[in-house]
Amino acid sequence: MTVPRHSALVPALYRVGEVYRELPDTVTLRLVPESGRRPPYTPGQFNMLYAFGVGEIALSISGEGAEESFLHTVREVGAVSTALARLGVGARVGVRGPFGTGWPAVQDTDVIFVAGGLGLAPLRPAIRRVLAGRGHYGRVAILFGTRHPAEMLYLQELEHWRQRLDVDVSVTVDHADALWHGNVGVVPALIARTTFDPNRSVAMVCGPEVMMRFAVGALREAGVPDERIYLSMERNMKCAVGLCGHCQFGPEFICLTGPVMRFDRIASLFSTREI
Amino acid sequence: MKSLDSILRELPFFAGLDEEHARLVGGCARNCRFEPGQYLFHEGDPADEFFLIREGKVALDVVVPGQEPVVFSTLGEDEVVGASWLVPPYHWKFDARATSLTRALGIDAACLRRKCEEDHDFGYLMMKRFLPVFVKRLHTTRLQMFDVYRKR
Repeated sequence: MTVPRHSALVPALYRVGEVYRELPDTVTLRLVPESGRRPPYTPGQFNMLYAFGVGEIALSISGEGAEESFLHTVREVGAVSTALARLGVGARVGVRGPFGTGWPAVQDTDVIFVAGGLGLAPLRPAIRRVLAGRGHYGRVAILFGTRHPAEMLYLQELEHWRQRLDVDVSVTVDHADALWHGNVGVVPALIARTTFDPNRSVAMVCGPEVMMRFAVGALREAGVPDERIYLSMERNMKCAVGLCGHCQFGPEFICLTGPVMRFDRIASLFSTREI
Repeated sequence: MKSLDSILRELPFFAGLDEEHARLVGGCARNCRFEPGQYLFHEGDPADEFFLIREGKVALDVVVPGQEPVVFSTLGEDEVVGASWLVPPYHWKFDARATSLTRALGIDAACLRRKCEEDHDFGYLMMKRFLPVFVKRLHTTRLQMFDVYRKR
C-alpha cells in the first residue's frame, strides 16, 4: 500500500527518520511515511516538502533510505529550506510527490554524469542506479565540481565511487590551497579530459544554469549529440501539477515536462534571456 | 629512440603538424621531468620556456601575502603550461608546480618566437594552435569568477 494521497495537492505526513550533516549549512533528511509505503519514484524527480507553518518548496529526491524512505538534501538558503534543514529526528513534514520527469533509463551506453555543487543531489539516485547495474553500461564517468574542497557534498560516497575501478570519478574545485592535490578549475573543463565514445554516450547534467551552459558547450565540442544530453532545469515550482504557471519555461512547465529535459528539445530556449 | 619531432607529432596538441613544422618546433624542444612539488617556474621569472605536459599534473598558484598560495587551476596531459611567453614583457604571472611526477616537453620560448617571426606562415599556424587554448581558458576563468555555487 502506498501513502494515501487524497490529491496531488494534499501533502502526506512523513517524519524525519534521520538527519545527516553534509556541510555546515546542508543536511540530508531521511523522510519516512507516517503510514503506508512511500510511493515509487524515478531518479531525477522531485517532491514538494512542506515545513509546517513556514511554507513549501520543491526538492529533488537525492536517494532512498531504510524503511522505504525518501532522502532529500537541503541547503539553508531561504526561510523554508532553513526550517527544513533545522528539523530534528522525529519532526513531521508534509510531502507531495513525486513529480516531474526523471533521468533516462538507458543501457548499453557510456554514461557521463556532470554535477556542479548541490547538483550532485538529483543525480545521486541515477548514479546509484547505474552503479548497481554496472554491467549494463559502457564507460561511466562522474564529473563533479564544487566551490572549495571543504564544500564537497557526499564526501564518503564520492570516495567510495572513486575507489571503484569501473568508474572514472573526477572532482574539481574553483579554488583551493596548496594542500589540495585534486583538480582546480571548472567542471566543464573535465569533459575534454574524460575518455568516452560521444556517439554512444548519454550525458546527464545538473548544476547552476550557467555551469550547465558551459557543460553543454563542452559536451557538444566533444561530439555528444544534443539528443543525448539531459539537463535538470530549475524554476520556481509552486503547485507542481501544471496549474499555477510559476515554473513556466517558454511553452513548457518545468513541473510537468521537467525538471529533466532533453537538450535538443529546449536548445532554442536555453540561452534565451528572460525565460 | 624517437626524435622529439616524432614525439611532438604524436601529441594531440600538435596533431596534423607537417614534418617541416614539427622539425621547427622540435628544434626548440627538450624533454623535462618534474618531481612532485617541484616548480616549473615562479612568478616574475622570465618566461623563456613553456611546457606541454605529456604525463602528470601541474598546479598554477598565486602567492597571497600572509596566506598559503591559492591554486586557481590545474593542468594535465596534453595541456600547455604558460601563456606569458607569447606577450611582452615575457615574465610569468604565477607559479607552476608539479603535483605528481610530471613529464613534459619544454619549449624554448625565445627560439619559437624567433622562428614564428622568421616564417609568418609557421607563426600563424602556431597561433592557430595556441590561441584557442588561451581563449578557452579565458572563458572557463570567467565561469570560475561567477562563483556559481555560492548561496543565493
